[in-house]
Amino acid sequence: MEYKDYYRIMGVERDASQAEIKRAYRKLARKYHPDVSKEANAEERFKEVGEAYEVLKDAEKRAAYDQLGANWQAGQDFHAPPGWDQGFEFRGGSSRGDGFSGASAEDFSEFFESLFGRGGFAGHGQSRQPPQGRDTHARLVIDLEDAYEGASRQLTLKHAEPGPDGRPQIQERTLNVRIPKGIRQGQHIRLAGQGGAASGNGKAGDLYLEVEIRPHALYKVEGRDVYLDLPVTPWEAALGARVKVPTPSGKVDLKIPADSKSGQKLRLKGRGLPAKQPGDFYVVLQIAVPPATSDAVKDAYRELEKVADFNPRTGLES
Amino acid sequence: MNAKLKAISGELLEEDVELSLGELCQVCRLSQDEVLELVEFGIAEPRGRQQASWRFRGVTIRRIHRARSMQSDLGVNMAGAALALELLEELERLRIRLARLQPAGGKGQE
Repeated sequence: MEYKDYYRIMGVERDASQAEIKRAYRKLARKYHPDVSKEANAEERFKEVGEAYEVLKDAEKRAAYDQLGANWQAGQDFHAPPGWDQGFEFRGGSSRGDGFSGASAEDFSEFFESLFGRGGFAGHGQSRQPPQGRDTHARLVIDLEDAYEGASRQLTLKHAEPGPDGRPQIQERTLNVRIPKGIRQGQHIRLAGQGGAASGNGKAGDLYLEVEIRPHALYKVEGRDVYLDLPVTPWEAALGARVKVPTPSGKVDLKIPADSKSGQKLRLKGRGLPAKQPGDFYVVLQIAVPPATSDAVKDAYRELEKVADFNPRTGLES
Repeated sequence: MNAKLKAISGELLEEDVELSLGELCQVCRLSQDEVLELVEFGIAEPRGRQQASWRFRGVTIRRIHRARSMQSDLGVNMAGAALALELLEELERLRIRLARLQPAGGKGQE
């Protein structure tokens, strides 16, 4: 089991005051709260910070932890020395009474448990499974094509369940979830009864999946609408053209009207994400300028300069 | 365990789900008074004038979960949670717009 450096996790010195520890915790809790944070490992960090605070905010637990000594390194293989906690009395379970304790005891590490027992009790292995299962949340990352076509995706979820000895064990389970056609970024699928298990005859909780559409190499998505940046030549933009354009539902022949401007959006109605009112597909024109790499091209540019009488900066003159 | 897992279908909160006051209480495991307080602060926003005919959009469930977890974990009060929710939702919209306006993958034409 790995030693955890609770002071380092909280970013405080070993001699930090209780007030400093509380301040550090509040700041980190806001930073990593899974409902607020966009950090990649927010949930993991939030649990870690909650566990560290559970120990450091409690004078007795902190003193017992300090007694292990300052020479341990985070991640070092750790075994609690026999009798290490003699003379300490840990009262009450995880002290959630202050209305300000983010971590839930089921999430604490093996290191924490070896020191303080489950849920902050020394020596109690009692299951604290709620009568009704907890609602759980997970993220489901899909490809844009899945959102267009609908799909099934396998999802492996980890959760803690009490083992035969009442101690929590990490269990994995795999679900095969149907992704409805037309689903959008940030939408939620509720799977009734797939959340946390209940004790006894209680009802299992629900599982909520938040859908995230993986960034696509070509397309950008906003709501139901899908965007493609389309490079075009100056003559295609000026004279008009027909070009083949990829869309997630297949290639289309697009007419670029004469006298098009860079950044102009051409709408393909109903070719966005499917729905009762489907989204639109927007082609955003990006005029690409051919490099003047040969004399012939240079001459052509000079000729254009002569005949076009064009100043794109007229709007900047006062 | 090589058998093919049966695909399970859920409900899309944003589209398939609409709830009455009673149903919302049940799904979120809250008392009616607690939900009424959430309505008062705009965390849950029903359609309809009479309480008996109130309908809540499915996403209300997610808003309530978020607000309650911010309350218990970050120590914000109901008004603070409502404000945080609105700002977070705005932030999410802006992030999506920003992602759309940024050039794709850093590659492509200069």
